[in-house]
Amino acid sequence: MYRLTIHELHERLKRKEVSSQEVTKALLERIREVDPRIKAYLCVTEQKAREGAQEADQRIATGQISPLTGVPLAIKDNMCTQGITTTCASKILENFVPPFDATIVKRIKEQGGIIIGKTNMDEFAMGSSTENSRFTTTRNPWNLDAIPGGSSGGSAAAVAADECIAALGSDTGGSIRQPAACCGVVGMKPTYGLISRYGLVAFGSSLDQIGPITKDVEDCAILLNAIAGHDPLDSTSIDLPLPDFRKALVKDIKGWVLGIPREFFVQGMDPAVEEKVWAAIRTLEGMGAKVKEIALPHTGYAVATYYIICTAEASSNLARYDGVKYGFRAPGSPELMAMYLETRSQGFGQEVKRRIMLGTYVLSSGYYDAYYRKAAQVRTLIKADFEKAFQGCDVIVTPTAPTPAFRLGEKVQDPLQMYLSDIFTISVNLAGVPAISIPCGFSKGGLPIGLQIIGRHREEGRIIQAAYTFEQNTDYHTKRPELSC
Amino acid sequence: MKVERGEVEHVALLARLKLSEEEKEVFTSQLNAILDYMEKLNALDTGAIEPTFHVVSHCNTMREDEVQGSLPQEASLENAPDRAQGCFRVPKII
Repeated sequence: MYRLTIHELHERLKRKEVSSQEVTKALLERIREVDPRIKAYLCVTEQKAREGAQEADQRIATGQISPLTGVPLAIKDNMCTQGITTTCASKILENFVPPFDATIVKRIKEQGGIIIGKTNMDEFAMGSSTENSRFTTTRNPWNLDAIPGGSSGGSAAAVAADECIAALGSDTGGSIRQPAACCGVVGMKPTYGLISRYGLVAFGSSLDQIGPITKDVEDCAILLNAIAGHDPLDSTSIDLPLPDFRKALVKDIKGWVLGIPREFFVQGMDPAVEEKVWAAIRTLEGMGAKVKEIALPHTGYAVATYYIICTAEASSNLARYDGVKYGFRAPGSPELMAMYLETRSQGFGQEVKRRIMLGTYVLSSGYYDAYYRKAAQVRTLIKADFEKAFQGCDVIVTPTAPTPAFRLGEKVQDPLQMYLSDIFTISVNLAGVPAISIPCGFSKGGLPIGLQIIGRHREEGRIIQAAYTFEQNTDYHTKRPELSC
Repeated sequence: MKVERGEVEHVALLARLKLSEEEKEVFTSQLNAILDYMEKLNALDTGAIEPTFHVVSHCNTMREDEVQGSLPQEASLENAPDRAQGCFRVPKII
């Protein structure tokens, strides 16, 4: 039962073959069985989930059922859930219980969706491996010595290990897509502004987006339908009518032009990634698409641009964590400045401090123009690269990550190496366009490889259609890791 | 080295971070390595390019200045590390 997708579960709930309470119980048992090894969850909301399931079953009995009703979902721990701790995997929020729900949580609950727990992540979403969590280390269900990716590693691992029916993550530089690729599941970062950020703890406000992490593309479309749309509480949310994303679940890409950026396929690429991604492109060609080499000339500047902009924004966003109104406060400080210094120094982990330092530096007097403004100008060039490329192709196809999931501990000592692993996902956030990662094969060591499909601004339908067409003509989405006891 | 320890100490204070001696060493060298990497942006001529600070086409979303609901005082104080008389209590400022 825990292996079901949202759409499969919905059908069974509708036909009363299964109840939400039964599914929820099965998932809670599954979590008890495998999470001691995977450690995807920071908090399992057993009582609330059981109550939610009971309410959902009552609703379903009266004939009120929508796609998410009665479906247990996992939420990354940087999205505010009223009455449930929201820690961002940081000591500085270790005991923080939000008095409000994020808009996306509110929407899920209104539709009868069930929150089964909050998932592990890199602290404040800063990282690419979930190793920066203050509390626990999540493992890749396909290989327990490998990273699950980051920063939404907990959500991706939970989906891959069938510890939830689907999950939500957030993506600032690849934090949904890269863990989805590492864990062999589907992950999408929609167009910036499509999904409300109200209640998402801010990291890089001009880059952050919430998105679905799911077992297949249809589930991704379902979740998008459920949570996307304008929110007056988020001034960056797009106020335009939304399509029904399920209408894009069409198995047809005949005549589509797939842009293949030459900068993403370089000498010395990981051989498994190169092999599987090219095989996937050939498969898409076999379904009638045309391949065209394109250029995204400023790709090489994306990592530098991103790490100036996101750290600058983060240094500002994280200034609020001062021990005054909520969260951890260092005890015993005789006066206010000491309290700030002690609270923040004890409360934040190394990567968070490093990024705050970098961000503060690039914004500081004398350096603002040389770094922050300069990076913002390069961002314009990167955005323009995509606009120009899309004049000659329908979607852009690339690998999601430069390698399959690396070993735990492999890159923690070298922050710059860690940053470079975001190279294929980062420009997408800088440009604000949508992108999806879907599984397209495995390395010799049995680790999943992800294919990224990038679309024009607000063309989620196109990337869903391309992803669905590929998925339904292959069987990668049916594969599950062996989790022997 | 571009960034000296003194500058790292100054930035740490701006960011309200207290760094240990070891952290100052490590951060100084890591920051320098990262900033060195960022030098590559200088290869680009961006003289006439407008910076992008937002990737949405709209800006300045406004609403009417009407009183709407807000978080009740009790809820606001629920997570307070220390409170008194309906306020957040902190160590003395001066």
